[in-house]
Amino acid sequence: MAQPAAAAPPETHTIIALVEDKPGVLTRVASMFRRRGFNIASLAVGRSERPGLSRMTFVVNGDLDTIKQVTRQLDKLIDVIEVSDISTHQVVARELALIKVATTPASRAEIMQFAELFDAHIVDVTPESLVIEITGGEQKVNSLEGLLRPFGITEMVRTGLVAMVRGQESGIDPENLGIPPAANGLIRMDSGI
Amino acid sequence: MKLSGAEIVCESLLMEGVEIVFGLPGGAVLPLYGAMANYPQLRHVLVRHEQAASMAADGYARATGRVGVCSATSGPGATNLVTGIATAQMDSVPIVAITGQVPRAAIGRDAFQETDVTGITLPITKHNFLVMEVEDIAPAIKEAFHIANTGRPGPVLVDIPKDVLMDLRTEFIWPDRPNLPGYRPPGAAPPRQVARAAELINRAQRPLILAGHGVIISQAYHELIELAEKAQIPVITTLLGISSIPTSHVLNLGMPGMHGMAYNNLAIDQADLLIGLGMRFDDRVTGRLRDFAPNAAVVHIDVDASELDKNVKATVPVVGDLKQVLKQLIPLVTPNVHLAWHARLDELKAQHPSLYIRESEELLPQYVLNRLSEVAGGDCIVVTGVGQHQMWAAQHCQFKEPNTLITSGGLGSMGYEVPAALGARMGRPDKTVWSVAGDGGFQMTMCDLATAVENKVDIKFAILNNQSLGMVKQMQDVFYDREYYAVEYSGNPDFVKLAAAYGIEGLRVTRKEEVDDAVRYAMEVSGPVIIDFVVKPDEQVYPWIPAGESVNEMIESQPARGGPY
Repeated sequence: MAQPAAAAPPETHTIIALVEDKPGVLTRVASMFRRRGFNIASLAVGRSERPGLSRMTFVVNGDLDTIKQVTRQLDKLIDVIEVSDISTHQVVARELALIKVATTPASRAEIMQFAELFDAHIVDVTPESLVIEITGGEQKVNSLEGLLRPFGITEMVRTGLVAMVRGQESGIDPENLGIPPAANGLIRMDSGI
Repeated sequence: MKLSGAEIVCESLLMEGVEIVFGLPGGAVLPLYGAMANYPQLRHVLVRHEQAASMAADGYARATGRVGVCSATSGPGATNLVTGIATAQMDSVPIVAITGQVPRAAIGRDAFQETDVTGITLPITKHNFLVMEVEDIAPAIKEAFHIANTGRPGPVLVDIPKDVLMDLRTEFIWPDRPNLPGYRPPGAAPPRQVARAAELINRAQRPLILAGHGVIISQAYHELIELAEKAQIPVITTLLGISSIPTSHVLNLGMPGMHGMAYNNLAIDQADLLIGLGMRFDDRVTGRLRDFAPNAAVVHIDVDASELDKNVKATVPVVGDLKQVLKQLIPLVTPNVHLAWHARLDELKAQHPSLYIRESEELLPQYVLNRLSEVAGGDCIVVTGVGQHQMWAAQHCQFKEPNTLITSGGLGSMGYEVPAALGARMGRPDKTVWSVAGDGGFQMTMCDLATAVENKVDIKFAILNNQSLGMVKQMQDVFYDREYYAVEYSGNPDFVKLAAAYGIEGLRVTRKEEVDDAVRYAMEVSGPVIIDFVVKPDEQVYPWIPAGESVNEMIESQPARGGPY
């Protein structure tokens, strides 16, 4: 039946992209999201294992049709080499947060206990504050943040999720890396096609 | 031998086979103009406004299938290109725009005539480049042309700072191939998808082909007709798909959508399969999406994967170059006649004669275009502006040859008709080019009549003069209770005298009997001619599915009522 694309309830998807490490690439990506009205929950960018290529991890909210559009629009950008929605893969997904908490002599010990429970590190201490560094999945960081909030979080920064597929698989098609292959009509994220 | 950056630009353009550059110089791009003076193989066409440069490049590209090139200086020169670039982006037209930029040291300091043109054009180009080193110029131009004219074509802008254009440090080295690891335009489609498409087509009882601009871009004319004829599938052509199959072909039903044939919209409503070929289910085609083609499965073939499922969810999406995909598909399609379906369509056509032009003593614009097309013979190139005259041209002109309607579809850029006709005629000097204009759009770009005169570009202008912004007026009539505001042009120039001012022929036609002779005369005259057709001012375009509505709300003809008519 011909029907408008869209419907299904919003979901959260993790998308990875390998992009050329050139000036303006982040702008192109961000501009595409803004222009098409897609919603980025988080975006982390850094070097990849390949010189000259950066890796982006997006957490995007939207139903499957929206996510399909996101990956296809991303893939259409010339500087984007490879895009993959790894939400259905087994992945390791982590983010890092620095959380500055107001402390009193009475609360300090309890806060440090929480940090310890979460395998977090105290990286700065003053008479009135602690800075806690935590690494983990989004839920874990959310939990610690929730526990610390009643003490007074005075500052916080979260990197956004970075993710990697477990095991041998990379989520990235090696054919699409390095020397441009002959035009073959294959589009990686066509698993839905 | 060491060359300047500007000379490297020229050498690169020659390597790409460029013959014409439409442009207008200024401070930052002057080194390029200095170099071009020594490259007589590159013909520079000096426009009067940069918008004409980008739109002429667009018209040239559409008429020839080759990349159109335009150039401008930094700042206002570059921003004046923008409407033409956005037009090309929306309609998938390959153009390369080369702009001068302020010297590198001045970038970011709000220098005189500095503007972030790569930033401005980022969302309206297929790609763009800011070239910061002279050795990157040749690779950037190679890549720009490759990107512009492969896959789904589009505009590419190359911005080069003045000091990079003047840099004399390097030799001209033309790369063997573009270095674009992230760019892989599709070729043939995965056979599995083609087989699934064929299965749906072979099962369908009431199939329709929707042929779009992609048929023209991939030159799949022959394949389109072969597919349609093999299974006797009727063909509906989108605005930009018009002329992909001759108007007179028995299977061609014409245009659908907002101002399409009523019977086409009803046919889409009743179809059980839509086969979208190189088209994008634009809102002017679909109307309200949830009421569009409620009974149809959809096979959607496009070279741009992001078009699939964007507006209409495809039952079978197929990514690939249309010509190649159709060649894969045709052998899998079983011959069919679809007698019952054709009988149903004949019925719809008889009950909803959308193309009927009523008898009238007054000069109806539909009549003018019908006669113009008849007298001109259907093998000329028709370039239109945007608005009522555009829709009437789409409805009433006959097209015999492929790719003979050039019009701004997606962006709907008024004023396109003058510069695009200039580009089209310069690209195809063997073809008669008719610029079908509205008096509104014509006045947006008529300064470039001078460019046509200067370069002896033979364009025939047919202005359908209703002294108003007719399409907007039509909307105010129906949706704003005839509260006409800012749509009437009481101070139009005398277009015949205007022609005389430019030293070209001008005629005025006010009566039906004069139409044929005027058109014939214009075609006999060598050089540009303006015909000012003073048409019935309040004529409206029908059928009409108002924006956001569906076939159920279609208005088939102008309602009879009192008031100003």
